[in-house]
Amino acid sequence: MSALLRAIGAMTVNGIWRLGFMARFFYALLRYSGQSFRRLPLTIREIYFSGTLSLLIILVSGLFVGLVLGLQGYDILQRFGSSDALGIMVALSLLRELGPVVAGLLFASRAGSAVTAEIGLMKTTEQLQAMDMMAVNPIARVVAPRFWGGVISMPLLAAMFSAMGIFGGWLIGVLAIGVDDGAFWSQMRASVDFRYDIINGVIKSFVFGVAVSLIAVFEGYDCQPTAEGVSRAITRTVVSSALAILALDFVLTSFMFRGL
Amino acid sequence: MALIASGNPLVSLKHVRFAYGAREILHDVDLTVHRGQVVAIMGGSGSGKTTLLRLIGGQLQANAGTVEVDGQNMGRLPVAALYALRRRMGMLFQFGALFTDMNVFDNVAFPLREHTALPAGTIRDLVLMKLHAVGLRGAAALMPSELSGGMARRVALARAVALDPMLMLYDEPFAGLDPISLGTIGHLIRRLNDALGAASIMVTHDVQASLDLVDYIYFVSEGGIVAHGAPADIRASNDPFVHQFVHAEADGPVPFHYPAPPMASLLDGARA
Repeated sequence: MSALLRAIGAMTVNGIWRLGFMARFFYALLRYSGQSFRRLPLTIREIYFSGTLSLLIILVSGLFVGLVLGLQGYDILQRFGSSDALGIMVALSLLRELGPVVAGLLFASRAGSAVTAEIGLMKTTEQLQAMDMMAVNPIARVVAPRFWGGVISMPLLAAMFSAMGIFGGWLIGVLAIGVDDGAFWSQMRASVDFRYDIINGVIKSFVFGVAVSLIAVFEGYDCQPTAEGVSRAITRTVVSSALAILALDFVLTSFMFRGL
Repeated sequence: MALIASGNPLVSLKHVRFAYGAREILHDVDLTVHRGQVVAIMGGSGSGKTTLLRLIGGQLQANAGTVEVDGQNMGRLPVAALYALRRRMGMLFQFGALFTDMNVFDNVAFPLREHTALPAGTIRDLVLMKLHAVGLRGAAALMPSELSGGMARRVALARAVALDPMLMLYDEPFAGLDPISLGTIGHLIRRLNDALGAASIMVTHDVQASLDLVDYIYFVSEGGIVAHGAPADIRASNDPFVHQFVHAEADGPVPFHYPAPPMASLLDGARA
């Protein structure tokens, strides 16, 4: 019993210690971000690696999610004689929830894990230490551009995911099932509110971008400098990012869409 | 040839103690290095050699005593001053630590681009000169994955001396090298040190390569300096630890056997 208590205590202390270290790391990252913005090509390069190279998986996934939404949405709506509202259902589901959340989960798996692996391997092969010994701050030179590359990419990817999903819903609803094309688009345009639906979705994807990017760079920077350590860090990035996205989604949704 | 060790030392450690929590790594270490000298720090694995190098480079801070480089106390330097000092230091890591996303040219150009405002043409000329010095001008376009261990070490050496440092630190520069590469690296360390008028400190296990190359040797064992002297003194030393190390004897002050009860007490006959 006492061994169990000791283990729980040690886990709690270790968790709090890591959170504290992560907060200090985040502060240092923000402090040295100015340097990485002054050298914009570094951040643009990371937007390419995190964003552009994730585009294919985001677009393909967005299309399939849209196709499924079109099928499921039509099946439910036609029971109530509201199949013309398919456009609204597909658009709001994607803009408010599925776009930011699923794009965030895919982004964590594709780009977050790659960032953790890259930084972790740089640590394992003493590249970060070498940089530090050359009087070049690794947080400013390596970590901050990757963090901001992820933060900037994430809302853009979520927007593309939603756009592709709406296209998928249109393909199924209008072309395959035969929902009226004009009703699909006009109802969507009439019901989707720019501030309430689109801006809130952008805010969500931005917050997810900050969370996933911070977890990815932190896990890489903090990993044990061994092959096993890097592997564990990558796993932690994917698992922690997924949990963070889902938990933050609940918190943000409860503030944004309370039906008030 | 080495310059004569005189005047104020470039590196000075006085009564240095370092511990990770309760585990003491170094105790009461005194060490001095002058400009022009190549100094080796030798000792068994886990004896505290690399820790000593990291204290000198400012990556670790001593718990007690002082570590001074060019008259500046490394333990009290703020980050900006530490980085300013490190611009005048170079370090060669055990396996080179080349940036794997850059080719050889960009690796060597890295410190020049980071710390100088030199035009691209001048940087190009400087990089080619540094690569020429280590015999790898023709490998400028190769990626680190295309280099052998010895070549990677030479590129890392060119990168470390890109800003003409006053102090070079080498962490196991000979580890894992074939005899030709080992001789080349040793020759380059000496030649670059003398050409730059710098001081070099190398942590190494390689006794013979070091005795032929360095001006002074410190032996570290169990966290303390147990012997030191010029190569000739070391060769002639009667100190049991130095003798065992230099002659690569399996048993001596560093025992062959890990501490254990006597074998006879564990045998079946002894129990009967």
